[in-house]
Amino acid sequence: MTEEEKLIRFNSLIEQDEKIEPKDWMPEAYRKTVLRQMTQHAHSEVIGMQPEGNWVLRAPTLRAKKILLAKIQDEGGHGLYLYSAAETLGMDRSTMIQQLHEGKAKYSHIFNYPTLNWADIGAIGWLVDGAAIVNQVSLQRTSYGPYARAMVRICKEESFHQRQGYEIMAHMMEGTKAQREMAQDAMNRWWWPSLMMFGPSDKDSWHTQESMHWKIKRSSNDDLRQKFIDKTVDQAYVIGLTVPDKDLKFNEATSHWEIGAINWDEFWNVVKGNGLCNHKRISHHIQFHNLGKWVREAIMAYAEKNNQLQTSN
Amino acid sequence: MTTNEALFNFSLRIADDNLVLAQRLAEWCSRGPILEEDLAITNISLDLLGEAEDFYEYAASLGDEKKSADDLAFLRSEREYFNHLLVEQPNGDFACTMMKQMLYAGYAKHFYEALLNSKDETLGALANKGLKEVKYHFRHSSEWIIRFGKGTEESQLKCNKAIEELWRFTDDLFEMNATDKILMTQGISCSLMEIHPLWKAEISHVLDEAGIAIPEVNNAIKGGINGLHTEHLGQLLCEMQYLQRAHPGAKW
Repeated sequence: MTEEEKLIRFNSLIEQDEKIEPKDWMPEAYRKTVLRQMTQHAHSEVIGMQPEGNWVLRAPTLRAKKILLAKIQDEGGHGLYLYSAAETLGMDRSTMIQQLHEGKAKYSHIFNYPTLNWADIGAIGWLVDGAAIVNQVSLQRTSYGPYARAMVRICKEESFHQRQGYEIMAHMMEGTKAQREMAQDAMNRWWWPSLMMFGPSDKDSWHTQESMHWKIKRSSNDDLRQKFIDKTVDQAYVIGLTVPDKDLKFNEATSHWEIGAINWDEFWNVVKGNGLCNHKRISHHIQFHNLGKWVREAIMAYAEKNNQLQTSN
Repeated sequence: MTTNEALFNFSLRIADDNLVLAQRLAEWCSRGPILEEDLAITNISLDLLGEAEDFYEYAASLGDEKKSADDLAFLRSEREYFNHLLVEQPNGDFACTMMKQMLYAGYAKHFYEALLNSKDETLGALANKGLKEVKYHFRHSSEWIIRFGKGTEESQLKCNKAIEELWRFTDDLFEMNATDKILMTQGISCSLMEIHPLWKAEISHVLDEAGIAIPEVNNAIKGGINGLHTEHLGQLLCEMQYLQRAHPGAKW
């Protein structure tokens, strides 16, 4: 096949909503875009273990500790799964990690916010995972096969996390004054950053158009954000939490909740590295990656010796 | 001490071992040498947490006061904890954590096996459940010790340091007190003296294969089952019990 014929075949696959598989020919720009998005997603899962891990030793009950440990394990598992799926695009995991450490690969800005009280664990499950699900449900239809299949599996677990997070918030809102204050404090700090997780408004997002054309992205940032807002505002009301937005109002005509202006300066400031925890998240990852170097070397040395033994036998 | 009180103390001891070690392993969360191992360690932590919960619930059902499993875990101080000294020791590096895990899982394996014949049905059933898990924990940690022993000079050195650091806490695993005496006469628990050589043979086998010598030291430290601990336990509990202590009576 000539290059032109390959491109025609690729475009027709996309057009017919067929999946692109690892061995299929794909334009270099498509490969790069999917790889960027998948590694960013994998890194987000792994870096996301840190803010939640911050409370695993202080979880208030045996049940809460079990749920949180299992949840963090799920996130790590998603990271592992996504790294493997991303490797089908021709980059190995160690290179992806190197790029994360060098700042060439990103992770979701949301994990640069600190977890300051136990309700933050509830807020992360309910709001952060809740926002992630809306995005990931849409990505189940993404055009790259391994990514789409990863999303199907990941969505099942994320919806558990979202319910578990909401349960923490609901319990705390039924609790003591101090617990209710913690829950509202967490809501106040996580609401806006969760809305920012969908990325800049469509008119300002330079990745959107190209990604939509290739069906990597299936819904626009603003549409997904609206879906999340409509779903979540009602849930907040049910348990007595106040949404920290004085301009929030329900539009009867459109049947949608309308929010006030998002502070995109804050978003870009955190993306640029100035959030409360950017430095800590990356330096933590680098520190423990380096501390584990001797373990990885021992694994290789042991495997090598075993291979030699087998060959000589 | 009545049989019931002894059974209560005995269940607490097992629960405390599981919880304290689970807490230590959870410290590895997001700190593993490779992502796969990060998940494995927290998974083992989760197993132990489940075992702890089962034994606390059993203890709670035996106690006179109306205390829940969470009350027993989060509202007792270090002098009221009966776990062995080994499990409360800091993680150290990955070799140290795996050595501790191998030494403890090897003990738990033989201990649970002996408890399968307990005249107390619940204890036997819980031991049966725990046994399936600790067998895997033992295999997992043993494989790491062998890998390290035969890996690089550095990994071997770290393994040797780990056994030198931890060996002094191993006699403590086989200590017995009045609780054991009462339960042994009733056929509820087992003699730990009988388990000791079985454990020693099994862990020696792993260490031999790894090329690591058991240190010849005579500095055994004991006290865990009588509520005498190293200073590390208080710090661990302080962090673990923070929310329950700061908000008495709150439901979570």
